[in-house]
Amino acid sequence: MPLLRHLYFLACLALIAASLAQPAMAQDDPFAGLAGDSFDDIRHGIETLATSGAPTAAAVIAALQEGNLYSGPDAALFIKTDDGWLDARTGKPATEVAEDALSPVKMNNGVRRAAEAAMGSLELYSPDAAIRRHAAEAVLKSRDPAALEGLTRALAKESDAGVRRIMEQARASALLATPETTEAERLAAVATLRARGDLDARAMLASLTAQPPAVAEAAATAVIAIDRMLQLWGLAQGVFYGLSLGSVLLLAAAGLAITFGVMGVINMAHGEMVMLGAYTTFVVQDVIKSHAPYLFEASLFIAVPLAFLVAGAVGIAVERCMLRFLYGRPLETLLATWGLSLAMQQTVRSTFGASNREVSTPQWMSGATQWGGITITYNRLVIIVFAALVVAALMAALRYTALGLRMRAVTQNRRMAAAMGIRTPWVDALTFGLGSGVAGMAGVALSQIDNVSPNLGQGYIIDSFMVVVFGGVGNLWGTVVSALTLGTVNKFLEPLAGAVLGKITVLVLLILFIQRKPRGMFPIKGRAVES
Amino acid sequence: MASFRNWLRGTGLAAAAAAALLTGAHDAQAQATIKVGILHSLSGTMAISETTLKDVMLMLIEEQNKKGGVLGKKLEAVVVDPASNWPLFAEKARQLITVDKVAAVFGCWTSVSRKSVLPVFEELNSILFYPVQYEGEESSKNVFYTGAAPNQQAIPAVDYLAKEEKVQRWVLAGTDYVYPRTTNKILEAYLKSKGVKDEDIMINYTPFGHSDWQNIVASIKKFGTAGKKTAVVSTINGDANVPFYKELGNQGVKATDIPVVAFSVGEEELAGIDTKPLLGHLAAWNYFQSVKSADNTAFIAKWKAFTKNQKRVTNDPMEAHVIGFAMWIKAIEKAGTTDPKAVIEAMIGISVPNLTGGYSAMMPNHHITKPVLIGEVKADGQFNVVWQTKGTVVANEWSPYLEGSKDLIADWRSPLSCGNFNVKTGKCGGASK
Amino acid sequence: MSKVSTILCLVLILGGAGLLAAGNATGAVPTYAISLVGKYLCYAMLALAVDLVWGFAGILSLGHAAFFALGGYAMGMYLMRQIGTRGVYGNAILPDFMVFLNWKELPWYWHGFDNPLFAILIALAVPGLLAFVFGWFAFRSRVSGVYLSIITQALTYALLLAFFRNDMGFGGNNGLTDFKDIFGFSLQSDGVRRGLLLASAGFLALQLVVARYVVTSRFGKVLIAVRDTESRTRFLGYRPERYKLFVFVLSAVMAGIGGALYVPQVGIINPSEFAPANSIEAVIWVAVGGRGTLVGAILGALLVNAGKTYFTGALPELWLFALGALFILVTLLLPKGILGLFARSTARPAPPVVEPAE
Repeated sequence: MPLLRHLYFLACLALIAASLAQPAMAQDDPFAGLAGDSFDDIRHGIETLATSGAPTAAAVIAALQEGNLYSGPDAALFIKTDDGWLDARTGKPATEVAEDALSPVKMNNGVRRAAEAAMGSLELYSPDAAIRRHAAEAVLKSRDPAALEGLTRALAKESDAGVRRIMEQARASALLATPETTEAERLAAVATLRARGDLDARAMLASLTAQPPAVAEAAATAVIAIDRMLQLWGLAQGVFYGLSLGSVLLLAAAGLAITFGVMGVINMAHGEMVMLGAYTTFVVQDVIKSHAPYLFEASLFIAVPLAFLVAGAVGIAVERCMLRFLYGRPLETLLATWGLSLAMQQTVRSTFGASNREVSTPQWMSGATQWGGITITYNRLVIIVFAALVVAALMAALRYTALGLRMRAVTQNRRMAAAMGIRTPWVDALTFGLGSGVAGMAGVALSQIDNVSPNLGQGYIIDSFMVVVFGGVGNLWGTVVSALTLGTVNKFLEPLAGAVLGKITVLVLLILFIQRKPRGMFPIKGRAVES
Repeated sequence: MASFRNWLRGTGLAAAAAAALLTGAHDAQAQATIKVGILHSLSGTMAISETTLKDVMLMLIEEQNKKGGVLGKKLEAVVVDPASNWPLFAEKARQLITVDKVAAVFGCWTSVSRKSVLPVFEELNSILFYPVQYEGEESSKNVFYTGAAPNQQAIPAVDYLAKEEKVQRWVLAGTDYVYPRTTNKILEAYLKSKGVKDEDIMINYTPFGHSDWQNIVASIKKFGTAGKKTAVVSTINGDANVPFYKELGNQGVKATDIPVVAFSVGEEELAGIDTKPLLGHLAAWNYFQSVKSADNTAFIAKWKAFTKNQKRVTNDPMEAHVIGFAMWIKAIEKAGTTDPKAVIEAMIGISVPNLTGGYSAMMPNHHITKPVLIGEVKADGQFNVVWQTKGTVVANEWSPYLEGSKDLIADWRSPLSCGNFNVKTGKCGGASK
Repeated sequence: MSKVSTILCLVLILGGAGLLAAGNATGAVPTYAISLVGKYLCYAMLALAVDLVWGFAGILSLGHAAFFALGGYAMGMYLMRQIGTRGVYGNAILPDFMVFLNWKELPWYWHGFDNPLFAILIALAVPGLLAFVFGWFAFRSRVSGVYLSIITQALTYALLLAFFRNDMGFGGNNGLTDFKDIFGFSLQSDGVRRGLLLASAGFLALQLVVARYVVTSRFGKVLIAVRDTESRTRFLGYRPERYKLFVFVLSAVMAGIGGALYVPQVGIINPSEFAPANSIEAVIWVAVGGRGTLVGAILGALLVNAGKTYFTGALPELWLFALGALFILVTLLLPKGILGLFARSTARPAPPVVEPAE
């Protein structure tokens, strides 16, 4: 949370300035509430402090948010910093602190909300536009009439148009909650919120109480208008969800499209290759956390090639030690790879433990952005892009590299290829390694949205096979289209039929589709397939 | 004829193997030790949760043996792997009781595994300690339920949200199986009895291991914009939680806007998630690792030493096993024998310290008294206890909020000795019409 | 697949079961062993069913456990109705899980299951009908090879999800449990357990005879021709889809019988029986024993399951390694399964099994 840390730093500056000024200590101690016992006391304490004008207010509330505010006997309050304790009232370093008697000021969601709102009103004048924006959003959510005065003043000074707009919206929400507001002002406020048009605005308009009839009516129409807008956007949102699920399926299936689609190995251990990739991510992050924390934001960039190599190496080993004895007997490979998948799951379980492992999301992949009325979560967006890159790279590798040429040659006509001097055993090993490596890279992406556990692969294996078969075995483009289709259909069915029925419907549709086109959407034509 | 001879050889081999398998059954001879069965999945989907419970049992047994065992005999753990396979649970339970001759079994996690072994325990009159919070609606003579019934977890959590967070609109989200279904039925009836209207309750079920939560989180967000404070009551099961919370974090659903209170998410589950975006979301349990008490501190230290891992966390079902095991030892000492019949009788009324600084007692309904704690997720994956009941709560094994069970009680003391006594008709055996 | 081995197998199944039952009656064999072996025999029926379609018609079904589970559910519904007022709520009509989910009346598809004959009929008819409808479409559109395997998997997966839904009225994840009686006798009595074991052995033997009759008949010869070169058979004027459909339906009914006998012996039926992994495991039993030998399928099912029972108790932490290694080694070293090991010295090699085209 760099924003908060930033705030905290600013607040510390304010604190030092204040401590130089004078030890302002009113008869009526504005800090008393914070040292209270109940959440209600603390909540009121924050509100009192924020409006008291006490110079250390911002610093104290920021410390509270970070969990660094401690209370002791006789309503003593201290801020814990890296260099020791500060007295919260004066902002000066405190020398004699009985640490054993101190306990952190209690936090719950109510306290957290009050602190956010208070910080919002205190930070409206920050020199940093991003902080002002954040502050204005916090005030907007709090709908606190007390913030009105501050907002009006801040608005007069605000130069950034974007921040201004949010401040106006915040002012509108505060105005609607103030009893003295005139009807005309209220109507204007409703219009401002209606123009915002998102879920927050809808919540605010829907919750208005004790308004004049004209305002209530305007609010009701505004809610309907927003709903209609959101419904339209919902379609676009559904497409995004579908793309996102589709890209996950695509990633999971891309490796299988090579090992199963191109080579014809029914690889039941495919899911475990994905799992290996996810665990590689975990190990990379673990090493980074303990040895080089500054690299954390780049951890996934390190994990992707490593996952490719690890899973690829395992794939080559499996091909050399096991699968090469089973060519021409695809159904036996099914059994052997099933045995392999059991053993791999158990290996991971014995090595890393049975429970989930924590893989963190880097800052740049967290959160969401708003494009019009649709919410785009960054991690999903990154995965869509990643899936596109992986598939593009895979196609390029098959199409343009020497290895790709040999792979295609071997799969099309093994004897002829061998006669031309291609070392077919090595091409087989490398092809299987490539497919497994791609599965490993998928594991890195899946670690960002799913459990990293020994069961990870099991959850994707059936879906992966269906994607490949639906698209047409041996056709990478088919796999792409099939993954995206299945993802989108699933996501559009889900709100209509519920998650379970939606999935069942997709499966039934798939079964029916295969009856119509027994070789998937894009069957490979020619005699090779009939061999 | 060669094939015939070969065949003979083959079948002979197979028969020998089968014979070895079956006669292994008779090896359990005069016992120098008291055997304790541990019936937790070590592979398959439930291994994630259950492996820890096997470890905690091994630790408790080792510790008891250091103290000299019980009745002058050492305890011996018999570990089997039912592999998250429900018929296999029943098979393994029968094996533990009849072949290994264990004195009691500690095990099961899912309701279906308990349902699968229940007839076995009743038929062979053995003892099962079941450590997980569950849907209630059951009381067997042979099972001791050391996890929470719905009124020891769900109802206090809803009360807390209504009172402290002024929540008026509720999303009941769960995995589609019996625990969420029943809990949500109870909560729905309870909320309606408190005046919550139909349109302010949204119920959503998802399949096991659901991993794509985009729509559902979005619809929860939308549900929360009706102008009333909204909260999510989550009975989402293990595996699906990580993607659910990740999606919540990414779509920016903060606890200060829409808090989520979960009944199946504890320290162990959070250990697999980056908890910073989840700050302030809640969980209701009867134990948290962060509870400050001398017993708990000692337990955590022992656990970390036993697993040789400073990062290992403790959780609620582990505490349930700690309590159940201590009760069992006490009951054996009281009965002077490990004979299940005597131990079952001795169990009722036994009271042992729990890890949160109080005492838990085995009640006549074979459930234990428990304090209810509500915690908010902290950034380090632990919980900050924000509320707890004054004393302990007695379990309602039969929920008063369900039509079929509101007249039922369980009391295993003689002369009643009945798990489903109907107070209206005065008969044992449910609500016979 | 000689006549001798079949007869020997029949003798072993019936004789073994008879000996076990007699031993149990005199107290020499523990009851634990009785239900255990009974369970294995039911699995063996599933394996036999898989071998019939995979070994002789080249249909690799990765969803055969669905038929097994459907048979099991039909039997489970009958056993559920037999509980009567002995359920925890004492409701004479509704099973427990319906009572606490506030169901008001019995869904229509539960009617008739209080009659054992009806239940048995359904246990045969539903798997058969599903196989007929599925096979009718799939074989007519010439879905074959892995495509067929994957859609059978999709079928069982869809059924798994459907039965998980509590709204379906089959008890959701908890499934059907807590059975008391079968045909008026207590399921917990040793006599009934012995009876079920003998019934399983009897049905398995009967199925083996029927399956052997089918595959050695003229019909079976055409079937093998279809397996080995479907298009050539078609050009000769046969209608391969009819042969496949018949054997697929027969196999589904056999699996259904296995499921129906399985449920009273293990005491629970739950959607996880539909899990694709279960179907794959059944295929593995066949591969371990020897594909296309019928007797091998039975041998494989018994051995793998006995191994599972032994290893999950003896090596709870490592048994998956053992099982995984077994599968890998069998496929690498014993391509014809365990039975192939003994058949190696026979003069006439078994006809090569040509895989269906991808």
